[in-house]
Order: sequence, then C-alpha cells, then structure tokens
Amino acid sequence: MYQFSGKLKTLSLALILLGAIGIAFSFWSAPKTLEAAKEIIAQQSSHGDGHGTSHEEVKTDAHHDVKEDNHASTKESHSKVESHGENHDDDHAEHVFHQMQNKPWAAVYVALFFFLGITLLVLAFYASQRVAQSGWSVVLFRVMEAITANLVPTSIIMIIIVVTAVMHVNHLFPWMGDGIFDPTSPNYDPIIDGKSWWMNVPGWAIRSVVYLAIWNAYRWFIRKNSIKEDTAEDGGKTYKLNYNISVGFIFLFMISESMMSWDWIMGLDPHWFSTLFGWYVLASLLVSALTVIAFVTIYLRSKDALPGVNDSHIHDLTKFMFGFSVFWTYLWFAQFMLIWYADIPEETTYFVARFNEYKLPFLGMVVMNFAFPILLLLNSDFKSLPWFVVIGGIAILGGHYIDIFVMIMPATVGAQWSFGIAEISSLLFFLGIFIYATFSAFAKANPIPKGNPFLEESEHFHYYNIEHRGEGSGDHH
Amino acid sequence: MESSKVIHAFYNDDEVLMDAVKAVKAEHHHIEEVFCPFPVHGLDKAMGLAPTRLAITAFFYGITGLSFAIWMTNYMMIQDWPQDIGGKPSFSWFENMPAFVPIMFELTVFFAAHLMVITFYMRSRIWPFKEAENPDPRTTDDHFLMEIPVHDNVEELTSLLSKTGAVEINVVDKH
Repeated sequence: MYQFSGKLKTLSLALILLGAIGIAFSFWSAPKTLEAAKEIIAQQSSHGDGHGTSHEEVKTDAHHDVKEDNHASTKESHSKVESHGENHDDDHAEHVFHQMQNKPWAAVYVALFFFLGITLLVLAFYASQRVAQSGWSVVLFRVMEAITANLVPTSIIMIIIVVTAVMHVNHLFPWMGDGIFDPTSPNYDPIIDGKSWWMNVPGWAIRSVVYLAIWNAYRWFIRKNSIKEDTAEDGGKTYKLNYNISVGFIFLFMISESMMSWDWIMGLDPHWFSTLFGWYVLASLLVSALTVIAFVTIYLRSKDALPGVNDSHIHDLTKFMFGFSVFWTYLWFAQFMLIWYADIPEETTYFVARFNEYKLPFLGMVVMNFAFPILLLLNSDFKSLPWFVVIGGIAILGGHYIDIFVMIMPATVGAQWSFGIAEISSLLFFLGIFIYATFSAFAKANPIPKGNPFLEESEHFHYYNIEHRGEGSGDHH
Repeated sequence: MESSKVIHAFYNDDEVLMDAVKAVKAEHHHIEEVFCPFPVHGLDKAMGLAPTRLAITAFFYGITGLSFAIWMTNYMMIQDWPQDIGGKPSFSWFENMPAFVPIMFELTVFFAAHLMVITFYMRSRIWPFKEAENPDPRTTDDHFLMEIPVHDNVEELTSLLSKTGAVEINVVDKH
C-alpha cells in the first residue's frame, strides 16, 4: 500500500493556503466602485502604454460593433448612443469597470474549469478503458481512479460559482445581466432574447447541477465497485456490472460534455456559436487528462508504488498524448479555418477579439500544443523516457491552460487581461486540492486492481520495439 | 573464403524456431537468412538484426513534401499571379496561410508515404517480374527455414540443429 507522505501533504496544504490568500487578495484589490475604476483607467492612459490605446481599439472593433448591432433593432436607444458623445466615456468606464471586477472571478474560473475538466476527462478515459476491455491499462486503473477523486472538491467549487452567478454576485456571463431579456430596458438584447429558450438562469443552473450530479454519481459508484471487484470472486459479476455502468456513463458523458461546453464556456460569448465547440473542448481536456495520468504514474512509479507498471505503459500513455495533441490541433484549426475562410462577421468577431488582444497566447498555444509535442514525442525511443515525457507534458499542460484562458478571458475581462497574482494563485489553489485529493485517494486502495480479468495481460504488457530499462526482457513474446 | 554450401534447417513452429535461433546464436554461428510464412515477433531481436531506419527516412520525406507545398503555394498564389480571389489576402504567404494548410498537410503525407514505400521496395529489392528467392515453396505456407553457411562443419551443425527440433535438415549448394 502507498503511504501519502507527510511532505506531500504539507506541500498540498501549503499550495491551497497560498492560493487562497492570493485569491482573497485579488478579490480585495479589485476596484469596488466606478470611481476607483476610472482612476485606474486614467492612470493607464497617462502612462501612455499600448494598453490604453489597444483597449480602445477592441472596444470599437469587437464589442461596440456588437452593441450597435443590437441597438440598431431598437431604434430609439440606438440614436441615443449616437447623439450623446458625452456618454461614451462613461459607457467606456463602466465597461472597463465590469471587466476589472470580473478579473478575480475569471482567474478562478479558468483554473477551476481546467482542473475540473481534466479530472472529468480522466474519468471518461477510465470508463472508455473499461468499455474497450483494454488489456494494457488495467495496472493504471487505480491511478486514474485516484485522480478522479479531485472531481468532488472541484464540483463543489463549481456549484459555488453557479450559485454566485445566479445570485448576480459575479458578472462572468453577460447574458445574465439586468434587463437583457426585457424589451423596455436599455440593456435589451434581441439576439440573446431569441436564445432565451436555452439561455435562461433557471435552466442553466439546473443543467449545471445535473451534469455534476451525473459525473459524480458515476465516479462514486465505479470507485466503490472497482474496489469491491478486488475481493468479489463472483465469476465476473461485479466486473460485468462495472462494464455496463461504464457504457451508460460514456453515453451520458458525451451528451453532458457537449452541453457543458455550451453552458459554461460558449455562453460567455452569447452572440457567438460554433458547432464543433464541444469536441474542441473535449480534445483540449482529454490530452491534458492523459498528460496528468502520465505525470502521476511517473511520480508514483518513481516512489515504487506501482509494481505492475513498466516502460511500455508509459510508452502507450505518451502515444496517446501525442495522438490527441494532433487531434486537438486538427479541431482547433478546423474551427479557426472555417470561420477565417468564410469570414461571416457574427462568427469572426470571436477571433478578431482574440487576435487583437491575445495574440501571443493565441498563437503561442499552437506552438506549445502542436509543434512541441509533435517534435518531442515523435521518436519512439523517447516516448518511454520519463524526463522526456515530463518536458513534453509540461508544454502540453501549459498550452492547454492557455487554451482555456483564451476561451474564457476575452469574453469576461477583454483587454484588461494579465497573468498575475489572481491567475497564479488560482492555479496553485487548485493544484494543491488536486495533489491532496489524488494522493490521499491513491493511498486508500490496493494499487493493483486484483479482481480484473485483464490484470495478468496488463502486467505483462510489452510494446514490441522498446527495451525495458531495469527489468528482464525475457518475459515477453 | 565464401563457402559454396549452405545448410537448410526446417521448422514447423515459430516458438521452436525462436528457440533454435537463440541456440544457434549462442554457439556463435552466423545465420544467413530465416524464411517465414508470416512475421514472427521478436525474431529480428533474436537474430540481432539492426533496427530499421525507414521511419527516419519518412520523417525527412515529410519535411520535403511540406517544403514543396510551401514553395508551390507561395510561388503560384503570391509571387506569380497574386489575384484577389474572393477577398482573400494574397499580399503575403502568411496572410493567406490557413487556406494553404490542407495542401501542406496532404503533400507532407503524400511525400512521406510514397517515398517511404519506394525506399522500402528498393532496399528490399522488390519489383514486378523479380524472380522469387524462396529456397523452398513450403516456407510460404507452413514451414520456417533457417539458412546457415557451411565451413567444413556439416557434422557439428547438423547435430546442433537436430537438437533444436528441426524437422528436416538439408545441405545444398548456394544459389
């Protein structure tokens, strides 16, 4: 049995504490009033840095265009905006004020979604391995199960975010603003109103809770029954039950994952839509999930906690990391290129906002998520070298954090983005929770899933063209 | 001195063949060739064959294809006749790059795949109308054949090979 070492426990608690302090500080330092925000804006423009001017650009380029479009349909309010040039500055200040207020929320939301999504995809990958009756990955089942323990705390925090959004404590989702659905209000938005059959607060909140409930229910069940499998000896009955439940989960997961990506990410840009968005989010989270499985496996193996795992298992995980990096790139490019090629204004604004204000992260993530993995992990010999996998994995995880960042930030904080205390603290906070949840869960069960009928095959798994280091090569054929 | 005779040992099971190859290698005899009706996993390792470099050639062929695609799209669409086609920006290659990616991808795959296959044919000496080289037709059906050159040691080799479970041992002239 693995022992959750005191050192690691202290580290995870320190990360949680440090993160919590940083998050609290970022909430405290966000401007409370419009006046405070105006002061900051004045400071920004007096410094004369590119920030102020480029910000103006985005406002006119992306956001304002959309706003005017909406207003065009309600003639009176449109002319109001036109005639009152004075109001423009105030409008602008208020806009920026909201973005600044969103900053700490968005920072937490990006990190939360990143960790929640990764954990969820580890769970889905685990279910797929059960359904595929794969022979190689059985010795990794307890690693995957341990990682999914992180689903519980991240789901709880997600519920808190959902509740605060419903109560208008945060303004992450613009369609939840006052008067958006009210034709008599100056904030009325007929485009969003047309989507109100889907985009309404009760529906959104109920759906959010249902997704989390489905995922957590499966995790709770499969974890319990997987441990039961170890000692069941009932002629495979428990195993078959787990198989059937996993089939059902994959079905529900595919539906709930798509809808989750519309509700939690695409809803941040309520004027924009893309059909392959659910797949795109899935690919981003899946490749990160595989990387995390590889990282935890490599760490636990270095502590001699995984006796059944050999170099071929690492090799297979790395092949998955490589393959799904390419798959992510394929979807990223397919989404980008179709919109770029046709250049329909209502779709293009999404990328215009990202290209103008997020050029470095937007292009940098393609290098980190595609060019790096494809060059580092192409060679078969390198795929089982732990330090090589770790280097490739860091690029992948960093790249996909940026991917989530670029999905969420332009819609919530726009030009006010930065990578500072709020963002780093949120990452540390959720990393601490992840480490604590994962390793304490791993210490609670036998690291080898004894009752699985494919265990023997998995322990002798050998990919034909690699030499295993530090073990006899006589046991393969 | 190159010997003119070879010994042919027949096996009818791939597991037996693998053990035989290991036994012959352990006695430091050179195995000229092994003929099999199907791929036997681990045989190359047992024989001590060097790993193939075909994948490395494919990588470079792919880079060649990518370079060709970049050169071609740049020359045709940007340099030679930069027309305005449906408002796409043909001022520089980078501005119109997304439109070229499908071509770049396909040509990379095309070059990598085809040139690698041709390399394989050339290195393996396979082409139409080539005379077949199998020493016994049974090796394409259900028998495995190990070929060892003979240097005045027929007796020793025969006794070693019969110990490894060979079902038939022939000494033949090398062709």
